[in-house]
Amino acid sequence: VTRRPRVLAALVGLVAFWRPPGPMRPDEQERIVPRGSRQPRAELLALVLLAFGVVCAVAFVAVYALDRLPRQTQLLGLSLGLALLSIAAALIVIGKRLVVTEELEHGYPVQEHPDEQETIVRTIAESDSRLTRRRLVAVGLGTAGGALGVALLAPLASLGPGLDMDPFYRTPWRRGRRLVDEQGRPFRASDIERDAFYTAFPEGADPELLASPLVVVRLRQSELDLPRANAGYAAAGIVAFSKICTHAGCAISLYRAPLFPPAEPKPALVCPCHYSTFDPATGGAVIYGPAGRKLPMLPLGIDARGYLRATGNFDEPVGPSWWGVRLKGPTA
Amino acid sequence: VIRKLVRFLDQRTATAPFVRKTLRYLFPDHWSFLLGEVALYCFIVLVATGTYLALFYTDSTTDVVYHGPYVPLQGQHMTEAYRSVLDISFTVKAGLLIRQTHHWAADLFVASIVLHLLRIFFTGAYRKPREVTYWLGLTILVVTLLEGYLGYSLVDDLLSGMGLAIGNGVALSIPFVGANIGSFIWDGPFPGSHAFFARMYIAHVFLFPALIAVLLTAHLALVALRHHTQFKRSARETERKIVGVPTFPGQAPRSLGLMLAIAGLLVLLGGLVQINPVWLWGPFHVYSSTNGAQPDWYLGWLIGALRLMPSWDWTIGDYTLVPNPFWGGVAFPGVVFGFLYLWPWLERRLSGDQAFHNLLERPRDAPRRTAIGIGMLTWVLLVFLAGASDRVFVFFGISYGWQIWFYRVASFTLPFVAAFVAYRVCLELRSGERVEHARERALDEARAETRAGEAA
Repeated sequence: VTRRPRVLAALVGLVAFWRPPGPMRPDEQERIVPRGSRQPRAELLALVLLAFGVVCAVAFVAVYALDRLPRQTQLLGLSLGLALLSIAAALIVIGKRLVVTEELEHGYPVQEHPDEQETIVRTIAESDSRLTRRRLVAVGLGTAGGALGVALLAPLASLGPGLDMDPFYRTPWRRGRRLVDEQGRPFRASDIERDAFYTAFPEGADPELLASPLVVVRLRQSELDLPRANAGYAAAGIVAFSKICTHAGCAISLYRAPLFPPAEPKPALVCPCHYSTFDPATGGAVIYGPAGRKLPMLPLGIDARGYLRATGNFDEPVGPSWWGVRLKGPTA
Repeated sequence: VIRKLVRFLDQRTATAPFVRKTLRYLFPDHWSFLLGEVALYCFIVLVATGTYLALFYTDSTTDVVYHGPYVPLQGQHMTEAYRSVLDISFTVKAGLLIRQTHHWAADLFVASIVLHLLRIFFTGAYRKPREVTYWLGLTILVVTLLEGYLGYSLVDDLLSGMGLAIGNGVALSIPFVGANIGSFIWDGPFPGSHAFFARMYIAHVFLFPALIAVLLTAHLALVALRHHTQFKRSARETERKIVGVPTFPGQAPRSLGLMLAIAGLLVLLGGLVQINPVWLWGPFHVYSSTNGAQPDWYLGWLIGALRLMPSWDWTIGDYTLVPNPFWGGVAFPGVVFGFLYLWPWLERRLSGDQAFHNLLERPRDAPRRTAIGIGMLTWVLLVFLAGASDRVFVFFGISYGWQIWFYRVASFTLPFVAAFVAYRVCLELRSGERVEHARERALDEARAETRAGEAA
C-alpha cells in the first residue's frame, strides 16, 4: 500500500536532483588553494561586524528620513561612517583570517621581446613599397595634421581678448567723478576722519570692476610727503589709492593706524594676502612685502558743496603687474 | 552558481584566461604600498560625492539677494553660485555632510598622492622599467593640485575670491604672455566675465576628473603590466621572481576593506569635523579681503613662496619684464616639479645605471638619492612653513618680519645641512648593519666550533 508513493518520490527525486557525472569536484583534485584550519572566532567577529554595519546603515536612512533633527549632519556622518567602517573591518577580518591565502612566487615579465620588436619594425618598414617619394608623403601628412590641428584649435580664440590689452588699462575714474560709499552715498571731505579707513567707489560705475574701489584715508598735513609727480593729489590731507594690491590683486583691507609707537613708525596700508605694505604719505610707495610696484594714486579735489571728486585718473595702471605694464598710463 | 556565471561570462567574452591570471596576480606585502591605494579610493569618494554636489550647484555669477535660513547673511547681495553652496550646506538634506566629505576627501587625496610619491622616490621604484608609470603619477599630482584649487574657487565665498585674485595675479606675471593668458582664461581683466565660472565648472567636474581618470588608468595598467616592485626581505625575492599575496584569495577582500575604511573615515570627518565653513567668510567682492585667510594645505607652499619674495619686479627702465608673483607662483613650483620629472633621467646620467630594477632599495642603500631627496623636501617644507608665518605671529607673537628673514636664509641653507645629515645617517646605518652582519657571522662560527668541540 505504501510502496507506490515511495517509488514515486524516488523518481521525482531522481528527476529533480540527478546530474550527469561531471568533472571531479575540486576537493578530489589537487587543490589550488590549500585547505585552512577553521577559525570560528574570526568568523563570529566578521558576522558581528557585518551585523553592526547593517544596523548603522539602517540608522543612517532613519536619520535621513527624520525631519528637523538637531545635529542631523553629525548623526548622518556618524551612522554612515560607522556603517562603512564596520563593514570594512569585517572585510579585513575575512581577508586576513578567513579566506585562505598564502604568499606565492612567480616570475616577473621578461625584460623585452626582441623577436616581436623585430616583427613590428619590419611590418611597418615593408608596408611602404608602393611609395616613391616617402619623405614628401611624410612631410605632407605631418603638415596636414598640423594644419588641421591649428584649424580645430582656432575657435578657442573666442575665449577672451587675447591680444587687446586696453581693458587692463581702462578705469572708470575721470575728472569730476564723485566718490561714493557701498550704498552709493557720496562722500563729503568732512566724512573722512583721521586714523580711519574708507572704501570708495566711482559714482554710477560698476563697483565690481577691478579699477573701481579706492582706499581713502586722511593724514596730517605734516605727515604728507608726496613726490613731485603726485603733487596736488591730496585734498585737505585726504589721499585716495586703488584698493587693489599691485602684487597679486587682493583687496587692501588693513590700515595700520592708529599707531602704537615705537613699533610702527607711520600709518601704512597692508594687503592681508602676502602683507605687501604701502605708505600713503609718500604716494603709495612699497615699504614692505613682495609688491614690486607702488599703489596707484588718484588725484582728489573738494567741490563747492564739500563732496570729494576725482580730478583725473590714477597715476599707474591698476592691479597686479604684467609684462610691459609700466609702458602706458591708465585710460578712461 | 559561480561555475555557471564563470562559464556564461567566458563564453561571451573569452576572458577566462585573463581573469584566471588576474586572480593570481601577486601583490608584495608592505604597508607603504597602500598609499597609492588610499589615493585611488579617495578619488572614487571624490567622484561620488562630487557628482552629488553637482546636482545642486549653480555656476552662475548673477547677483541675487540671500533669503535662506542662515540669518547673518540674510539680505546680502551675492552670486547665485555662492547661494547654491549655502543652500547645499543649510537646506539640502545631507548636503553639508556630502560637501564636507568631498572637501576632506580632496585634502586626503592630495596628501596620499604626495606620501605615495615620497615612497616611490626614496625607494627608487621609479627606475627602469617604470619611469613612464612615475611620470604619469606625477602628472596626476599636477592635475590634482589644479583640480583642488578650482574646487574651492567654485564656492565663490570671500576665500575663493581671494584665491582666484592671487591665481590671476600669478597668471598675469608669466613672462611675455601672462596678460594674454589671463585675458583668455578670465575673458578680460579680473574678475572676468560670467563665462569664467562656466569654464571653471566644466574643468572641475569634467575635464580634469576625466584627465585624472585616464592618467590613473594608464598608471595602473603600467603597474600591472610590469608587476609591482618589492623589497628584498629574504632570499626568495629576486630581480626575476616576485613574492606576494594573490589578488584572490588574499588582496581583494583586504583592499575592498581598505576602500570602505577610507570612505568611512572621510564620512566620519565630513559629519563630525567642520571644514571650510563657507558661510563665515561671506560673499566675495573685488574690494573685500580678510586677514588670516589660508588656502587648503596643498597650496601652502605657494603662498609661502609668494610671501618670501622681497619687493622686486624685474624691469628695464619703464619696461616691466617679470612681475614679482612669477617667482613664487610659477618659477618655484616649476623648479620642484621640473626636478621631479627629470630625476629618473638625472639619476641615470649620474650613476650610469641602465639596468632593469624590480627590487626596491631602502633609503640607506642609495645615500646620494636620499640626501638629494631630503634636501629638496626640506626646501619645500620650509617654504610651506613660511606660508603659515602670519598665523605663528598671531598665536605665538613671533615677529612676522623676523620669521620671513629666517625662512629666506634657512630655505637656502638648511636643505644642504639636511642633505648632509641624511647622507651621513645613511652611511652610518649601512656600516652599522655591516658590523652587525660580521658579528652574527662570527657568533655562528663560534657556535659551530663549540659544537664541533663538544662532539669531539
